[in-house]
Amino acid sequence: MISFTPADIDAIRLSAKVAVAATLVSLPFGFAAAYVMSYYSFRGKVLLEVLLNLPLTLPPVLIGYLLLLSLGKKGWLGQYLDAAGIRIIFTWYAAMIASAVVGFPLLVRSIRIGMESIDERLIQASRTLGARWYDTLFTVILPLSFRGVIAGSSLMFGRSLGEFGATIIVAGNIPGVTQTMPLAIYEYASSPGGERMALALCLVAIVLSLAVLFLHEFLGSRLGRRD
Amino acid sequence: MELRVRATKSYGEFRLSADFEATGSRLGIFGESGSGKSTLVNMLAGLVRPDGGEILLDGEPLFDSTRRVNIPPERRRIALVFQHPHLFPHLSVRKNLLYGYHRCASGHRRISLDDLVEVLRIGHLLERGVNNLSGGEKQRVALGRAVLSNPRLLLMDEPLSALDDTLRFQIIPYLRGVCERFGIPYLFISHSLVEMRLMTDRVIVFEQGRQTAETDADKLARLRMGTNPVGYINLMRLTDPQPHGSLWSYEWGGMRLYLTASPGEGGLLFELSSKDMILFKKHPEAISARNLLHCTVADLFTVGNKAGLELVCQGNRLVAEIAGEAARELEIREGSEVFAAVKASAFRRLY
Repeated sequence: MISFTPADIDAIRLSAKVAVAATLVSLPFGFAAAYVMSYYSFRGKVLLEVLLNLPLTLPPVLIGYLLLLSLGKKGWLGQYLDAAGIRIIFTWYAAMIASAVVGFPLLVRSIRIGMESIDERLIQASRTLGARWYDTLFTVILPLSFRGVIAGSSLMFGRSLGEFGATIIVAGNIPGVTQTMPLAIYEYASSPGGERMALALCLVAIVLSLAVLFLHEFLGSRLGRRD
Repeated sequence: MELRVRATKSYGEFRLSADFEATGSRLGIFGESGSGKSTLVNMLAGLVRPDGGEILLDGEPLFDSTRRVNIPPERRRIALVFQHPHLFPHLSVRKNLLYGYHRCASGHRRISLDDLVEVLRIGHLLERGVNNLSGGEKQRVALGRAVLSNPRLLLMDEPLSALDDTLRFQIIPYLRGVCERFGIPYLFISHSLVEMRLMTDRVIVFEQGRQTAETDADKLARLRMGTNPVGYINLMRLTDPQPHGSLWSYEWGGMRLYLTASPGEGGLLFELSSKDMILFKKHPEAISARNLLHCTVADLFTVGNKAGLELVCQGNRLVAEIAGEAARELEIREGSEVFAAVKASAFRRLY
């Protein structure tokens, strides 16, 4: 019988907390980015597109390092946070920010696919019926791109559960504080006799991922059945 | 309603240059596809920004490039009915209908849901989703949604062209009825002459991005008789159907016509092409055609190598066409008396 240590339980709990928080915090920004990219044309749109997708192609370790440089005590952002008494590096906030940055392109892409599949005439109809742009956004665009939002959120949640490279650099691997499941698995796997525990944690990760994917499919088919 | 448009818009090679004034409550914009009708509609609704010029509705500027005025679509109070219904798929029929109503200032709300539902006969659909409605039901709901936003102008952009013939003529009475009942002026855009004649009083003709004529729909149909493969379509409202042997007899302005078409459900509007009449100078003694109308020529007009004749028979008017040569040989002129023979099967029921 496998029994998890309190540190393992903490790692599982922290992973879930980081993934939920990263997804929730990113959602409004991801939705806004997808909206701007779907419905506006402006100078520098291509540049923004490239920047939005950059985390998808950069190694996560590099992203972690850049975050460390900017959020560290002497970083361009970190110095102000430090002055305000806020510490991010080596806390669970850092793990959340790392996950959010790495998963952001996946979130935006899915929501955009949802938005771009909406017939433009529906948006025009809503405007000519007296809806301002934000009214149209909440009463037409949001409900009709909801499947994209669900898909993006589950992708982002799944990606956050597995986040390793950026997290280990910017949040460290402190058991009970910043050690998430992938970090705990890494630690077990690299220490002698830890294979059994590594496998047990892998099993938990697989169950969590499957649960998210099933929830996604369930919500997707529920929305698809609406008439 | 008074509309003043002087606006331009270019898309690559295509250039729309509209410059017209129109007054009335039943206006039409006629043109083939690619003539710029839809661009014009989008500019009026505020969905497309003109490159320059001005658009005034009842004296109020909706767009004015020199004064930098461009009222956004939601504040123009101009509703749109598209070619396809474009109902909100996530809302019920009721919520679709009330979408514009809830966004209309209470001072402008003249039309209520109950009245509209009665005119459009969609009461039984209210709680349903919109995805399982028939084509005609969807278009009625789309019309109702636009009307309930209590607009000061209704734009109908080819609202019938996605429907089949039967459905199209079933919807027309609703389009007319709802606008007449609630006093909403409209601009009806189409490439169908028959629809123009049923829906409008004045027509502005658009060709290659600019208006080429302003006329009424009937004059336009006569002008196009020569080039239209179906000729001029006489629209005839018949009444009092009675079985008559294997045929049906209908009343048409004091006289009776014999048709193969049975009355069925709905209105009794029939079409008869100007090509489906044969004219005789004298009474032909025996003839297979079931209708022989004694008429006087009220007007004679030439279109290409054809002669168009406006005939009056017991106060009813019909347009017939014959070859120009035939008109000369028969010595037909204004005031001549002729007999028009029409086969019982030549009448086609519209709705």
